[in-house]
Amino acid sequence: MAKYLLLKHYRGGPRPHPNAEGTMEEWTPEEITAHVAFMQQVADDLRERGEFVDAQALAPEGEFVRYDGEGRPPVTDGPFAETKDLIAGWMIIDVESKERAYEAAAYLSSAPGKGGEPLHEWLEVRPFYGEPSVVE
Amino acid sequence: MIDDHLLRDLTPQILGVLVRRGADFAAAEDAVQDALIEAVRRWDGEAPDDPKGWLVTVAWRKFLDARRSASARAVREIAVRREPAPGATEQADDTLLLLSRCCHPALSPASAVALTLRAVGGLTTAQIARAFLVPESTMAQRISRAKRTLAGERFERPGDVRAVLRVLYLMFDQGFAGVNPGSNRSVGDADLAAEAIRLARQLVASVPRDPEATGLLALMLLHHARRAARLDASGGLVPLARQDRSRWDTAMIAEGVELLQGALALDRLGEYQAQAAIAALHDDAASAEETDWPQILEWFDELTRLVPDSPVVALNRAVAVGHVDGPLAGLRLVEQLDPGLPRRDAVAAYLYERAGDHTEAARLYAVAAETAPSLAERAHLVKQAARLHQARRAQS
Repeated sequence: MAKYLLLKHYRGGPRPHPNAEGTMEEWTPEEITAHVAFMQQVADDLRERGEFVDAQALAPEGEFVRYDGEGRPPVTDGPFAETKDLIAGWMIIDVESKERAYEAAAYLSSAPGKGGEPLHEWLEVRPFYGEPSVVE
Repeated sequence: MIDDHLLRDLTPQILGVLVRRGADFAAAEDAVQDALIEAVRRWDGEAPDDPKGWLVTVAWRKFLDARRSASARAVREIAVRREPAPGATEQADDTLLLLSRCCHPALSPASAVALTLRAVGGLTTAQIARAFLVPESTMAQRISRAKRTLAGERFERPGDVRAVLRVLYLMFDQGFAGVNPGSNRSVGDADLAAEAIRLARQLVASVPRDPEATGLLALMLLHHARRAARLDASGGLVPLARQDRSRWDTAMIAEGVELLQGALALDRLGEYQAQAAIAALHDDAASAEETDWPQILEWFDELTRLVPDSPVVALNRAVAVGHVDGPLAGLRLVEQLDPGLPRRDAVAAYLYERAGDHTEAARLYAVAAETAPSLAERAHLVKQAARLHQARRAQS
């Protein structure tokens, strides 16, 4: 088994599919409910398969902070620029293979949007480091 | 305190009794878990005179209760064969029966490992979940799915010992998952390598004339003996050649060697015995320089004959060839292997360094670091590249 991070970006991924271009405010309330229910269903399905590890969403605001010497306040470069990569949230899964991780990501990306059509949203799939093998 | 090992040693025995009385595996396994929980609660720090009898009684009652509530509308008679308490032979048969059930080829390797740890190893779902860093609910689902997969399969005959060996080997090889010196392990967490050894001992007791079962146990012990020397204080990997051999467990090595000799004497060689022989030759060297590489290469030739299509064996054999016939001979073999093979660049880097081409070695160590499967290996490979760069700067 190996863990994978399925990373959802507000911005910064490849050119979006037409279905994923608009914003949620343009959908009907029912479409939003259906979308949220689908995401919940994906998490439940992964749980039922024994593959679910974690899912979290991030608020869009955020600042960069760094150490800048003793006694000096942390430094920030201010709000994100419009072009900057922005992470919306993630799901972590523990699966048998990379192929299975891609399959789960594709399933998550098929969440319905406007008109109940699949969003085709890009998700970044990143493997976690595993443990070193005991047998040399 | 109740001895944790007492409960865990009894787990497969109780399960075996229930299954032999006609309970289906999944329901019996649940009933045994419930009985263990009740034992911890009710024994109040002291086991009864006959802990096994107590557990069988309680587990059987739990099984019947669950059965009654599950089929309240259509109560079905189940054949209950009252049997005398099993003797040692039956216990050994039960262990093999349960192990082969949990390691059934229909299960994915990860499911088989989890189910084996719970049903035969007697670990709790929470302990197994912590070892694999997943939520307990996820691990519970993984185990119940595995049990559903097995439902309906016939369960009278012990299955394929090979399948059990594969699962135990996999469990052992993930052994670092349970033990990370960088993290604070709490008491009671699973040590997967130690669990695999414990289960392999039970398997060997069931099939003492199976040289591969004994060979696998020997292989595990011969590797486990080096564990204290394999990681430094910060959790970094220490390669075999640089390990402090005074920290190896000599008693464990002696036991591994003796087991291996017993297995080899049966004259039915297999891959685990061959791997154990290679591990024994490494363990036998007082220093890295004294390693008997010609004999190791002979065993790799045997291993290649036994598993001719294994690229991992071919890669490790190239290292042995590099020591016996020179690094260039080893590199020629590495070049024939699939460029995508894990650790291929790391082995090539090692051989280039031995051949004196430090520029190419440093480059390949850095390339290997990019695709390392674990953080510990990446850190190790980056350090190798850094070491060669530093040496070159010192020369210029």
